Amino acid sequence: MTPGDSTILRFEDVSLHFDGTAALDHVSFQVSPGQTYVVLGAAGSGKTMLLKVAVGLVRPDSGRVWLFDQEITRLREQDLFDMRARVGILFQEGGLFDSLTVAENVAYPLTNQRVLQHAAAANSNGNGAARTVEERVRESLRFVELEQTLDKFPNELSGGMRRRVGIARAVVAEPALLLYDSPTAGLDPITANTIVALILKERDLRNTATIMVTHRYQDGHLMANFRYNPNSGQIERAGGGRDLSQVSTKFLVMNEGRLVFEGTEPELQGSQDSYVRKFLRAGGA
Amino acid sequence: MLGIRAFRNIFRGPHYPDDIFIQMDVIGVGSLFIVSLIGLFSGIVMALQMARALTQYGAQGQVGQIVSITLVRELGPVLTAVLVAGRNASGIASELGSMKVTEQIDAMRALGTDPIQKLVTPRLIALATVLPLLTIISDFIGLTGGYFIASTMLGLTFSEYWTSAWQILEYNDLAQGLLKPLVFAIIIALVGCFYGMRTTGGTQGVGRSTTRAVVTSSVWIFVLTAFITYVWNRIFVT
Repeated sequence: MTPGDSTILRFEDVSLHFDGTAALDHVSFQVSPGQTYVVLGAAGSGKTMLLKVAVGLVRPDSGRVWLFDQEITRLREQDLFDMRARVGILFQEGGLFDSLTVAENVAYPLTNQRVLQHAAAANSNGNGAARTVEERVRESLRFVELEQTLDKFPNELSGGMRRRVGIARAVVAEPALLLYDSPTAGLDPITANTIVALILKERDLRNTATIMVTHRYQDGHLMANFRYNPNSGQIERAGGGRDLSQVSTKFLVMNEGRLVFEGTEPELQGSQDSYVRKFLRAGGA
Repeated sequence: MLGIRAFRNIFRGPHYPDDIFIQMDVIGVGSLFIVSLIGLFSGIVMALQMARALTQYGAQGQVGQIVSITLVRELGPVLTAVLVAGRNASGIASELGSMKVTEQIDAMRALGTDPIQKLVTPRLIALATVLPLLTIISDFIGLTGGYFIASTMLGLTFSEYWTSAWQILEYNDLAQGLLKPLVFAIIIALVGCFYGMRTTGGTQGVGRSTTRAVVTSSVWIFVLTAFITYVWNRIFVT
């Protein structure tokens, strides 16, 4: 595929070094609309840096990155702000603004991004725009089942609740691409599964392209094999064979900045790469 | 670079007036008591020291002039700026440093907001507005402290003290006394924001940034007051 074709995100031979150590080492891959990528790797393997480079928070030393078919590697920071309005990000610790309430945090993308401000102004006027923001914030918090926390501050919430508020903020503007940085890190297994279920729900309801970085193979397994059923409102195991959710979910495995595997879950399980085998064994596959 | 971008953002949207007023309240109203207190005692001490020296020459009537010139030209701006640096350069560096290490600044950028526009420019505008005002208040309260000593220990009347204190001041003294806090405000805001936004190394890093912000801005205040006074004298005093 050439860069001109429709892709959500494309990395081409991207490298990034810190103090002589490679954080990303000649990384290439691309994400198409509706596709899910699960990026696996141990701590320090370059997973988080991959997400930061994807939205231009960090510039690579070499290589090129396209976001929504536009090369962002040489874009000015000012121009990147509007591009990022189309991307939702959940940071590892939630990245919530601790001086703002939950409602203000979730409303932040709607009230502070120029692109969305202009869209709101075009669609409504006066109180209409304000009401829309409040409605969308409530809807987004209802999505993560935290509508009752509107007026609380982030430090009044548990770790899992903060991640859920982070998800609400990431999805409130209905972005075309969602990036999740270790959404289950440091959480108990039940809360971790709740978080992954919310990510699944968002992906399957809106068919959003999703990149999830994680060190837990179980998270990727859930993403590849389960889907949200809007009729029952439950997470269900996807059907066998070439089920859509499995085909559209790909795995990347990173080791010391290098991409050591790219493929579907069956291909991952069949991989003979020693690092991938070790990672899968540790993950209980 | 931070300074250029922060100044450029003053004339470029989006603007965050709520943040500017919040910072004016935190910095201006929050510092008012301590700045007034230090202003009062610096005026009292100045008058006490001068009273002793001037009495020897029978020139105690000039105490108002000396307190006035010293406070308006130098002590008022410098002491107020050093206090505000200690209180607010540290506050700015620790607040922004905490935001940096908890990924809030990255989150802000990722959510399409320029952190310099949202965090640095409002603090710069707020400080540049309130520090000259705080200095004027500090100068006046310092002069009042001087009057208290002049009237109780030297027996000067209200009109003797205030007339001499006011008449000795020239327009260029007042201009110098207002230019300095404006320059110091820019230094305090930019140094605090600079160290805050380049914080690394978790909570220890926040502590280091805070200390550096206070030390650096305080040193710059003294260096710049010497420089401005020198240049001012070359231009206006023949």
